[in-house]
Amino acid sequence: MNHWPFIAAAYALTIIGTLAVLVASFVRMRRAERQADALTRRD
Amino acid sequence: MHIFANPARFLSIARPLTPWLGWGGALLIALALIPGLFLTPSDYLQGESVRIMYVHVPAAWLGMAGWSGIAVSSLMQLIWRHPLAAVAARAIAVPGALFTGLCLVSGSLWGRPTWGTYWEWDGRLTSMLILFFLYLAYIALSSAGAERGSNDRISAIFGVVGAANIPIIHYSVEWWRTLHQGQSIGLGGSKIDPSLLWPLLVSTLGFSLLFAAIVLMRMRAMLAEAKIEARLKRMTAE
Repeated sequence: MNHWPFIAAAYALTIIGTLAVLVASFVRMRRAERQADALTRRD
Repeated sequence: MHIFANPARFLSIARPLTPWLGWGGALLIALALIPGLFLTPSDYLQGESVRIMYVHVPAAWLGMAGWSGIAVSSLMQLIWRHPLAAVAARAIAVPGALFTGLCLVSGSLWGRPTWGTYWEWDGRLTSMLILFFLYLAYIALSSAGAERGSNDRISAIFGVVGAANIPIIHYSVEWWRTLHQGQSIGLGGSKIDPSLLWPLLVSTLGFSLLFAAIVLMRMRAMLAEAKIEARLKRMTAE
């Protein structure tokens, strides 16, 4: 049995999953911190 | 730990630390996975499929470490009512669930060429699947608590009680010796050849740093969102 398709699938899923949560967390943090800073400046 | 309970002090440390953890983790992962894929030797018994270990073991470690973090934070929330403890526990839940899911999927992909099956109701696999469901239940509970704006003691208690599964996962390969291999790395040393071990250790450290960066980003987002909500409420009241 050729092992490489299983290896490629495991690596691809790990990298895609990790990147998805990383990017989603970064975007959420940037958006919330910018909005909070804008509200602070308005006060 | 009490000095970090102040959100302002926490943010003064978390802001500069986040990029270092994120970039450091990404660099270590690249330094481990590229040689792990193309340079390290294959295993004499498992062949090339042993390379899945470099993503599977860090995912398993982070799934278990993540829930341990939730349990410790929940305990701090229940005992000392630390304002950041609940935020930390909620921030860990999603990346913890992700890595537990990745552990199950990569393990399944490793199992097919090694054991001849994607799934077996083995002690280790089943207890890891239970951990994944515990994460999903925790996310649902804590999200409902956050929407209500309550102190959310129920999800904190759930976080502490769910930690009972962690030693079950750890000792499952000793208690029920079925399909999953026994422990390869312990306090006494490693049964893995050094040529295969170093990318595993570097990859585990890299994924751990990246996990910490993700948790810090999610905590920062939650704190900023709480600040926005408080300000909007105040503006509406004025």
